[in-house]
Amino acid sequence: MKPRTFSWIRLWALVKKEFIHIVRDPRSLAMAFLMPLILLILFGYAITMDIKTLNLVVYDQDKSAASRHYVEGFPASSYFSVVATVENYADVRALLDQGRAHLALVIPPHFARDLEQGRSARVQVLADGSDANTATIALGYAEAITNRFSTTRLDSKVELAVDNRLRVWYNPELKSRWFIIPGLIAVIMTVITALLTSLTVSREWESGTMEQLIATPVQPIELFLGKMAPYFVIGVLDVLFSVAMGVWVFDVPLRGSFLFLLGVTAMFLVGGLSLGIMVSTIAKSQLVASQLAMVVTFLPAFLLSGFLYSIDNMPRFLQAVTHVVQARYFVEVLKNIFLKASPPAFVAGDLIFLGLFAVAVFAVALGKFRKKLA
Amino acid sequence: MSPEYAVEVHDLTRKFGDFVAVDRVSLSVETGQVFGFLGPNGAGKSTTIRMLCGLLLPSSGAGRVAGFDIMTESETIKRHIGYMSQKFSLYDDLSVEENIDFFTGIYNVPRIRRRERKDWVLDMAGLADKRDNLTRSLAGGWKQRLALGCAVLHEPPILFLDEPTSGVDPLSRRQFWDLIAQMAQRGTTVFVTTHYMEEAEYCDELALISRGRMIAKGKPAELKTVIPEDILEIRVEHPFEVLEQLENSGLVKEVALFGDTLHAVVEDAGAATTAVGDFLAGRGLAATGITQVRPSMEDVFVSLVELEDRRSTEGAQT
Amino acid sequence: MSDIALAVSGLGRAFGEMWAVRGLDLEVQRGEIFGLVGPDGAGKTTTMRMLTGILAASEGQATVAGFSIHDDAEAIKARISYMSQRFGLYGDLTVEENLRFYADLYEVPRRDREPLEEKLLGFSNLTPFRKRQARNLSGGMKQKLGLACALIHKPEILFLDEPTNGVDPVSRRDFWRILYAMLKKGVTIFVSTAYLDEAERCSRVGLMHRGRLIRCDTPQKLKEGLPGQLLELETGQPRDAREALAAQLGSSRVSLFGGMLHLYTEDAAEAEQIRAILQQAGIAVLAEKIITPTLEDVFIHWVTRDDAEAAA
Repeated sequence: MKPRTFSWIRLWALVKKEFIHIVRDPRSLAMAFLMPLILLILFGYAITMDIKTLNLVVYDQDKSAASRHYVEGFPASSYFSVVATVENYADVRALLDQGRAHLALVIPPHFARDLEQGRSARVQVLADGSDANTATIALGYAEAITNRFSTTRLDSKVELAVDNRLRVWYNPELKSRWFIIPGLIAVIMTVITALLTSLTVSREWESGTMEQLIATPVQPIELFLGKMAPYFVIGVLDVLFSVAMGVWVFDVPLRGSFLFLLGVTAMFLVGGLSLGIMVSTIAKSQLVASQLAMVVTFLPAFLLSGFLYSIDNMPRFLQAVTHVVQARYFVEVLKNIFLKASPPAFVAGDLIFLGLFAVAVFAVALGKFRKKLA
Repeated sequence: MSPEYAVEVHDLTRKFGDFVAVDRVSLSVETGQVFGFLGPNGAGKSTTIRMLCGLLLPSSGAGRVAGFDIMTESETIKRHIGYMSQKFSLYDDLSVEENIDFFTGIYNVPRIRRRERKDWVLDMAGLADKRDNLTRSLAGGWKQRLALGCAVLHEPPILFLDEPTSGVDPLSRRQFWDLIAQMAQRGTTVFVTTHYMEEAEYCDELALISRGRMIAKGKPAELKTVIPEDILEIRVEHPFEVLEQLENSGLVKEVALFGDTLHAVVEDAGAATTAVGDFLAGRGLAATGITQVRPSMEDVFVSLVELEDRRSTEGAQT
Repeated sequence: MSDIALAVSGLGRAFGEMWAVRGLDLEVQRGEIFGLVGPDGAGKTTTMRMLTGILAASEGQATVAGFSIHDDAEAIKARISYMSQRFGLYGDLTVEENLRFYADLYEVPRRDREPLEEKLLGFSNLTPFRKRQARNLSGGMKQKLGLACALIHKPEILFLDEPTNGVDPVSRRDFWRILYAMLKKGVTIFVSTAYLDEAERCSRVGLMHRGRLIRCDTPQKLKEGLPGQLLELETGQPRDAREALAAQLGSSRVSLFGGMLHLYTEDAAEAEQIRAILQQAGIAVLAEKIITPTLEDVFIHWVTRDDAEAAA
């Protein structure tokens, strides 16, 4: 009998054992399936950023047919209602400050003339910045309405003098859910996968079975693969359930290839489950492991994945940090699969990073694990 | 109030759902005795002791502890007893002295007696120079003695100890039994459970419990006479060879390796000593010594359990 | 295959500043049953863990089944079995599933496995419970299942760390019956125990105290090696007698045992002193004899002496 050789018999024994643990613990099993769905519903509705009616104040300095036509586009969109038409900046400011208007539209005196001469007309938009979320969305809507107006002109266009641009090109119906749900699935799954495996190794340290296992010829790689196998299956099912919810409950279109989705999910799961195992290997107690797993996944996934806050707007060092946040790539790829359906080559960079993350974390977890007691 | 029996219970039964943890246990403990309640883990020892201390209501049965009814006066009982649970309920993050002070308060020891009682506990447990140490830093034996001290701060006439020596090394265990002997000497009745069979020898009176049922009671020496067979210790050069020979000889009921010797179960020690000696000599495997050994309490226990099992299977058949 | 199952020299392990085990020298022959006894914290478990290759030694050498614990820990693991104190059974796996899991870990071929499985289950009286989840077994049955799992790959050496702690006497009997059957087949057994009556069953016993092996010999020789004698006295008032003697000689020397007084005496002069003390207290000695000490007496003697030397 040669030691230090990989054995399929052992791997299979470990896989079977892990499956039995899961099947005989219906409560944990139910949790593994229900948790992502509950989170998806909670966050899906809570973070939905669609705002039904936004109050608009208009200061039209041009008072031309063109400007009136442009302004009419706003109430027509059903997102805005014009609460006031004013004649000076002081009134604009007052309405915004009092919170009676979310957004102000200031049309310069030469609006019609600029358009007729084929130049761009610049319209100033002022937003109540105290509610950044609403402001951002209001600006996004304003931009979309403006773009729509521009397309009706042949040789000229209207520009909004706003810096903070929302990318709404792939979401012409202006449903924030469309880009929130795919990102949310990615973020939730990042947290869930790490949590799933974070208890598996530490549980065995606590129950004393690990001391037994490390005294057998078992190889760490067999152990880890054995631990990952059942959770991989659960993870795939979780992603599929979440995607199904996205499509049927939240009405997000799934435009990309289903097979590609499966492939990406697999890559993501290997990394996420390895991360959980790594945490578990370091922690040695279930409580510490689950807390650590939350810390290393939850905050980075929510804050640094580009899901809530645009990575481009982060300070440079934070941008650098986001490169090791697995959720960042999964968020990007999932959004892509849902909304753009561009071929895998377009997200090759993200895929490479997902793969690297998986391999690196698995290797580190393996390297960290010793068949010895401390 | 000095009844002849400190504890007297009849047909004490406790069920948890369908499971009968304690099944019609009757016992009486004379005042001033060390009473040992022996049985393996899960036999019902803790359940019984909890019922006697008023911590758990019996499903049925009747009895008195310290003269009070276990069914109706459990709170009064609690004031007249000391109880030390299996886990030594001390606060790990309190110092030795703080633990003593805490229990002094809990038991409402009169203010003027407090100093004296604390010094007594510290002295008894040998912890006088460790009074400021955190309890968690104490080794098992010290902790156990401190827990005992805390349980008797209020000088109860009856002391209940649930597995006090479990997980404690032999030296500390012997010291602990010494303390118990001292308390009995001063008139305290001590009711103690243990799964260490050899500790039975430290008790005046014993009850053996297995699977919720009491299988025997009596003094240690009396219980040893319940085994009908004798045990011989045989010393030989080649125990494995002799083992096989003896197994097929028909001279012994049972033979087993025991360290570097053999232990044989025989009908009668005298006759068997000669017979086995001759048998081995005839095969060139002469024994260097054959002696009768006293059965251990474990021998007694195993033999009683087997007897009980036989009875119950026979009972089931008829 | 050499006759030596394990050879240990100068083995030690430190945890920070604390040496849990130090300067351990030991040799165990194949086919022996070696017992390691000592108080909690003496270093028994640490020793066991180093020998089974799951804890790195800080110093010294050890060869187990012919392999070095430093360089070939994995080769050792394939040839031995280790049953840790809290045996690592999976509570949610059935008896049979646990057994098969361990068989797979050691890559026991299927055709060898089934007869062995039957035999081990039969031996440990677990056959009727083969479909029961391990967590629903009694303490004794769990330990026997643990042993069965440890034996499924026919190890050369079996390491057992306090295997019968808290186990009922009947299961303990079964347990030892299995151990002796293994011994008969040439398996070497290295067992630690807190039960000194159990240590009596070992062919050799090592007494461990404060990280060192302070005595190591056959039970018989250990008892013969006790410098003094053990006196058993029968008196009418054993408790009063104990009190009187403890006051004069120190309580560690006197104990009550089955209604008798057990006294450890260094020499004949002391025996005289004892009689004098009792006479003074007005206690009549009904019978007096010298008895064979138990291993517990031996243990307590050497541990007390070792403590005294350390304190000096």
